Amino acid sequence: MPTTEQERSTIIISKPVKKEATKCYHCGTDCITNTIAIEGKIFCCEGCKLVYEILNENGLCDYYKLQSHPGLSQIKATRSDKFAYLDNEDIASKLYKFTDGNNTMVTFYIPGVHCASCMWLLEHMNKLDSGITESRLNFTNKEVTIRFLQQKISIRKIVELLTTIGYEPYISLDDAEQKKSKNYDKKLIYKLGVAGFCFGNIMLMSFPEYLSMDKGIENQYAFLFRILNLVLSLPVFFYSASEFFSSAWAGLKQKILNIDAPIVLALIITFSRSVYEIATNTGSGYLDSMSGIVFFMLVGRVVQERTYRSISFHRDYKSYFPIAVNVITKDGIVSKNLQDLQEKDIVELHNDEIIPADAIVVKGNARIDYSFVTGESEPVMIETGKQVYAGGKQTGEKITIQIVKPVAGSYLTSLWNHHSFTKNKIEKNNRDSIIHVMSKYFTIVLFTLATATAIYWWMHDPSKILPSVSAMLIVACPCALLLAATYTNGNLLRLLSNNGLYLRDATVIEQLGDVSHVVFDKTGTLTQGSKQFHSTGHQMTETEKSWIYNIASHSKHPYSKALVKFLGAYPIVTAEKWEEHTGKGLYAEVAGNIIKIGSASFTGIAHENENNKPALYISINDKVTAFYITTEFRDDIPQMIPVLHNRYGLSLLSGDNDRQRERLEGIFGKSSELLFEQKPIDKLQYIEKLQKKGQKVLMMGDGLNDAGALQQSNVGVTLADDINNFTPSCDAILDARKFGKFPALLRLAHSGRYIIYFSFFISILYNIVGLSISMQGKMSPMIAAILMPVSTLSIVLITTGLGSVIAKRLHLSLKAS
Amino acid sequence: MSALYLLVLASIVVAGFFLMAFIWSVRSNQYEDKQGAAIRMLQDDEIKSIN
Repeated sequence: MPTTEQERSTIIISKPVKKEATKCYHCGTDCITNTIAIEGKIFCCEGCKLVYEILNENGLCDYYKLQSHPGLSQIKATRSDKFAYLDNEDIASKLYKFTDGNNTMVTFYIPGVHCASCMWLLEHMNKLDSGITESRLNFTNKEVTIRFLQQKISIRKIVELLTTIGYEPYISLDDAEQKKSKNYDKKLIYKLGVAGFCFGNIMLMSFPEYLSMDKGIENQYAFLFRILNLVLSLPVFFYSASEFFSSAWAGLKQKILNIDAPIVLALIITFSRSVYEIATNTGSGYLDSMSGIVFFMLVGRVVQERTYRSISFHRDYKSYFPIAVNVITKDGIVSKNLQDLQEKDIVELHNDEIIPADAIVVKGNARIDYSFVTGESEPVMIETGKQVYAGGKQTGEKITIQIVKPVAGSYLTSLWNHHSFTKNKIEKNNRDSIIHVMSKYFTIVLFTLATATAIYWWMHDPSKILPSVSAMLIVACPCALLLAATYTNGNLLRLLSNNGLYLRDATVIEQLGDVSHVVFDKTGTLTQGSKQFHSTGHQMTETEKSWIYNIASHSKHPYSKALVKFLGAYPIVTAEKWEEHTGKGLYAEVAGNIIKIGSASFTGIAHENENNKPALYISINDKVTAFYITTEFRDDIPQMIPVLHNRYGLSLLSGDNDRQRERLEGIFGKSSELLFEQKPIDKLQYIEKLQKKGQKVLMMGDGLNDAGALQQSNVGVTLADDINNFTPSCDAILDARKFGKFPALLRLAHSGRYIIYFSFFISILYNIVGLSISMQGKMSPMIAAILMPVSTLSIVLITTGLGSVIAKRLHLSLKAS
Repeated sequence: MSALYLLVLASIVVAGFFLMAFIWSVRSNQYEDKQGAAIRMLQDDEIKSIN
């Protein structure tokens, strides 16, 4: 039924005005009916009501007092034997953090944790079951640690209990393989604390020396303070500064002169000269300045090593795959560890479960959703006997498959064997970093100057060679450069994260600033998850709509859900007959009318699919309405792409077919390359090709199918609707709601380099003042002690100030939202 | 003027005390979950902690 554009727009069903919907007492979702109620509290579904009943029975209703509607929607039912594999002691024991046979400790990652009520409930698990002795939630990591008695409750029961109350733990293959918790760098904090303590006290002990000026203090006290300073500086030099020693050494071993090398040189010279001065009683040394600079540099490191602990940047396919699968054997269904899965094993797969390894369909209607692997948005039907690939998700009924390849050798997992996954991106980024290049030149200039000074004094007064040259090397330590870089990066990381872009580490900033070409993935990145409907044909009356609404609301099919969402809210109508034909559609009889919702063949319509778009048909007594489903682009795309196009080369790689080519060409313009039906390895190779042409490539994707491209690119950005969701390994994660700010964020990252240049220039001015004093051999500890904090402070102020000013001019928010 | 020796010593000891307190706070995972502590503080019926 072809219609013109104008005609179509007139028959788009207008959304009915929302009736004041009651919010579910548990989860806050708008309730469809008011019939699911208990004690005057209304729930959206039986699941939510059940949670309330459990909590009520156990006197845990404070849960609802801490926050209104704290729960998570329970409308999606969980299969009762989903966690049966936890009964297998082999699998369960891999999750235990500690066990003595009875007393057991286990930690689960719970993505649903979001508010104070969650914490309260999860820490009162012991009230729900006496077998649980205690539970404690790490809110930042969303991890709950549960201690329980195996004699009283099994791990499966605990997981099921958590699931029932709405906090389903996420258990993946990753959990079984590594038990190391993602800890922040405690050592760095200790070093910082020690340096701060010593620095403060050394400063205090140095005051008498500063204040006495030329007169000098009484000898006995001078000696006391100097000895104390020396003692206090030992932990700074040998412990706190070891951070820089090890980094410089690592660089030298690889024959790279990184910025830490000249810094370490300056530290060693400062320390040994100070020791010499104190030992020979000729001066008080520069221990105050040395410990101060170590302290400030460590602060810079801590600021720069800002981590987002609830976000992971290092996920591979293991985080997606289940820990165990149901294998059909002669003795019935057995849970089997994924690692032990062998070829020819027969596996049972339920709705929404992931295919663990390449396999052949043995039984059942396989409707495989490959969106994760290929980016193709529509599920594909696979006939019995045909191959399915690991990473696909079964949707619909239960199927049986036979494994043909081991997990590690599967089509998807073999992507991780590509050489791009073996290189260390952080190390490479670091090596290319501008500050190392700058410090190299800086060091060369410094040594030239030092030699010149040495020659000068050799001709005039050889006794002054050592003091003046060492003073020079002390003053001209490129710590200002390091400080400028760390504080700038730290500030930019903060600004970027406040605007929804989370970087893996500071080395990514520079890469982000240097990008010359941006590559987009289509499905999930440019398009949104939600679907839009356009209808043609018979225009339904309000009564008819209410029938459709009620019929569809009982089905869990994504199209039904989208249809319900599209129609809005209607009162309850009871159907005389209601049937769901999996993979085909819904059949119902309401008030004597025969209603069918589903595919063309199911509703009895000759296949007449316009523009090859997937469609849903509704027939009411043979009067047909066709719904066209289009995946919508994210709101910001049409404005954002041209802005990016002005500065960067653009490409699009889609795993999908090219039915939207025209629309995309309209947005991207003719000069951008649009490629369709790209396999994961094609995407990776495309990026490689661009890089060989000298481009710095930013890849923006969202699924596992982009994992190779994200890894190969200079900066791999994952777009996530919920940043705590599972994202493939990448360099940065962008909050999808902030997508429109992306061009501004790129410019902010780009400005980082200039901020570093500028603050470095300022610090060079300080260095010139310091150097000119020390070249004349007049540098005193007091001048050094003033110059050091003043220059540090001005660098901190300049870097944070400039970053914020630039962010403001780009209309970015300065505060976390 | 031996009082000065005593005072200097005392000041170092006091400062050292704070350093120990800092190290203890890091070691006992007080920086592990800053958000959680802020919420937990406001809730009644506290349960024992897992170290």
